[in-house]
Amino acid sequence: MTDGEPFFRVEWVVENLDEIGVRIGEHVYLTVLAVVIGLAVSFALALLIQRRPRLYGPVVGVTGTLYAIPSLAFFALLIPFTGTGVVTALLALVSYTLLILVRNITEALNGVPPDAVEAATGMGYSRGQRLWRVELPLALPVIVAGIRIATVTTIGLVTVTALIGQGGLGYLIVNLGINRGSSPFGPTATYTGVVLAVGLAVIADLALLAVQRALTPWARRRG
Amino acid sequence: MEFFGEVVAWFANLETWSGRNGIPSRLWEHVSLSAASLAVGTLIALPVGLVIGHTGRGAVLAVSIANIGRAIPSLGLLGIVFVPALSLGLGLGFWPSLIALVALAIPPIVLNTYVALSEVDRDLMEAARGMGMRETQILTALEIPIGLPVILAGIRTSAVQVIATATLAAVISGGTLGHLILAGVNTGNEVQVFGAALLVALLAIGTEIGFGLLQRAATSPGLRGDRTAANNPAALPTTSGG
Repeated sequence: MTDGEPFFRVEWVVENLDEIGVRIGEHVYLTVLAVVIGLAVSFALALLIQRRPRLYGPVVGVTGTLYAIPSLAFFALLIPFTGTGVVTALLALVSYTLLILVRNITEALNGVPPDAVEAATGMGYSRGQRLWRVELPLALPVIVAGIRIATVTTIGLVTVTALIGQGGLGYLIVNLGINRGSSPFGPTATYTGVVLAVGLAVIADLALLAVQRALTPWARRRG
Repeated sequence: MEFFGEVVAWFANLETWSGRNGIPSRLWEHVSLSAASLAVGTLIALPVGLVIGHTGRGAVLAVSIANIGRAIPSLGLLGIVFVPALSLGLGLGFWPSLIALVALAIPPIVLNTYVALSEVDRDLMEAARGMGMRETQILTALEIPIGLPVILAGIRTSAVQVIATATLAAVISGGTLGHLILAGVNTGNEVQVFGAALLVALLAIGTEIGFGLLQRAATSPGLRGDRTAANNPAALPTTSGG
């Protein structure tokens, strides 16, 4: 970029709408997959912790350590074993969601009023029925709050997967942007990628909030 | 298992430890960039957090800053800074990286400092005022010592994030251990990729543990015991990993 040239070139965006669409798709795909798998694993871990509360410390310790590993280093540590494909990206992304989700689901389940659980038991609910019909619905707002944090975090981390060849919006930021910083269109690509990543995070956050409100109509009046 | 032998051999090789792409040179870039960013970030964020926490004004601002910080990917932050830095002639590498990392370090420290001070018992402060303590005395003798562990928790969160994102600074020619990773990825040198990543991971985890110990040591004996991760609001929600 030289002086006097426009900082942001709308024509690049218009000409590359297909490319941008593909990258958004890749980004959303990886994010959804990572959060869904992370949620399933975390849910299993949280249920295990419900039965054996002593496991909480070790689980949080291990997932907390994984959480502290920088994303590029995490991908890099996996590359010799799982290559530079989607498996490597997912293993790291899922690992990052675990600390957030396990803590959150456990906290949510522990926060269910004991009276409600007792009432359900008194009405003859089995353990599974109680979980699905009483505990989970009551814990849902807190659980969704955790999913929102995990999703926004994951959307940010997915940008880094471009560095191991996974595309996504990081491809616009780095491959088409930073790496071509001196070309007239490099800055435009970088800013397009960043703005879309932030936009995606905001949209996902609001969408999950809307889902939570729709699923828990009784919680609305309490604000 | 053969692979781990190669990694050990890589670490044992003298070439790995010498020159521009040697571990000492890249590790120094990583640590000095991270330390400088954290120091500048703390110098900016701490006073802001103290003022917000003590006066209670601007709390919405603090929370908003933290939320926006969470939504901007750290790689994006490097990109945002990189482009104008290029056109302003700041060059590649250190300075743009420093600016991005400082911006990254600020939100968790502001948020935690604000929360730390706002959690201090109002009755204690009233008592201090009643005893004739001035506002600055209340801040230094009461609020900061009581809030110190939570403040340090914010600095810890920032430190780990800064170290993580310093790895990504390699993308804008910031060097660091990230350069060894990316160079390894580009040339298919998986041994170097793994070895350098191991160092980065150890650096981050070591920092996390080190600050954890510092936090424990800074907790006033009277407050020890009942306070755990619950009073580290920034530890979770902010973006990890970079």
